[in-house]
Amino acid sequence: MCTYSTEKIDTAGSSGKGADGWFPLRTATVYYDHPVHAPDDHTVNIDFLNPERGPGARVAVELSLDTAKALLKALEITVERAAHH
Amino acid sequence: MRHDAVLAETIGIRGANDDQIEAYTARPLDGGSRGGVIVVHHMPGYDRESKETVRRLATEGYNAICPNLYSREAPGADPSDAAATARANGGVPDARFVGDAAGAARWLRSLPTANGKVGVIGFCSGGRQSFLAALEVDVQAAVDCYGAFVVGEPPDGFPLQVVPLADRVGELRAPLLGLFGNEDSHPSPAQVDELEKLLREEGKTYEIHRYDDAGHSFFSVDRPAYRPAAAVDGWERIAAFYATHLGD
Repeated sequence: MCTYSTEKIDTAGSSGKGADGWFPLRTATVYYDHPVHAPDDHTVNIDFLNPERGPGARVAVELSLDTAKALLKALEITVERAAHH
Repeated sequence: MRHDAVLAETIGIRGANDDQIEAYTARPLDGGSRGGVIVVHHMPGYDRESKETVRRLATEGYNAICPNLYSREAPGADPSDAAATARANGGVPDARFVGDAAGAARWLRSLPTANGKVGVIGFCSGGRQSFLAALEVDVQAAVDCYGAFVVGEPPDGFPLQVVPLADRVGELRAPLLGLFGNEDSHPSPAQVDELEKLLREEGKTYEIHRYDDAGHSFFSVDRPAYRPAAAVDGWERIAAFYATHLGD
């Protein structure tokens, strides 16, 4: 379905690399919807954006549910380690 | 041999607030008099598959047009980048969609081959917007393919600009064809039943078809959700519905 369901976060202090090189990130949306490229009906999609620089300032991923779960675990472990760094 | 040439191209039309917006059109080149169809793209964007639907309708004898609902947020952008920008902005406001659909209908009626009748079709989020067009725009036939939130409330904390339309069924201005999968959860079979009940109570002209072994997006030939039996029957229903309501 077009789930509409969308989480939005601020991404101050972060950068991403898009088609035109690196740029500062301002926001990210996380949602479960039809992918453009991944071979499935629905994927966990993340768009890292900088609206000031236009629609092309975007780092996009379409993750299978298994990949998203693995990423979540990896992020938890990494953030936990960073807290003790 | 039948002359079957079709012209497909990107054009500019006037949409809501008289803004110039991008649109993709395909229309038969064999003259005559014919109806028009507005194709509403789904939330992931004004994409290759939406344009394929426009061309398909032209080969079936209709002047067809798909307005790019994200023209303003992202003029000239890659469709997936435009969809991401629109989503981050909270989606397309209903009033703006209605203005864009009305502009598409005006453009279709301005064509020398127009017979004055205009239909609308949408898939997923476009299904709800097709229903909305049938409430607000001068159209003669509307097709809703598995549109969520015509009936049913969006969940709490929902960030996008979507409101249910169930309380407005009485305002429907055109016959409705609804095509739904029984394994879908948005809309669920219970919500489809509720929609049919409202249409019946309001005395509207409608056809609802439900397909077993089909969930959301069963028309999508490029996804695992594709269900050939449902999609083939669905396209036949669409062709018959438009022949009845958009023909001369």
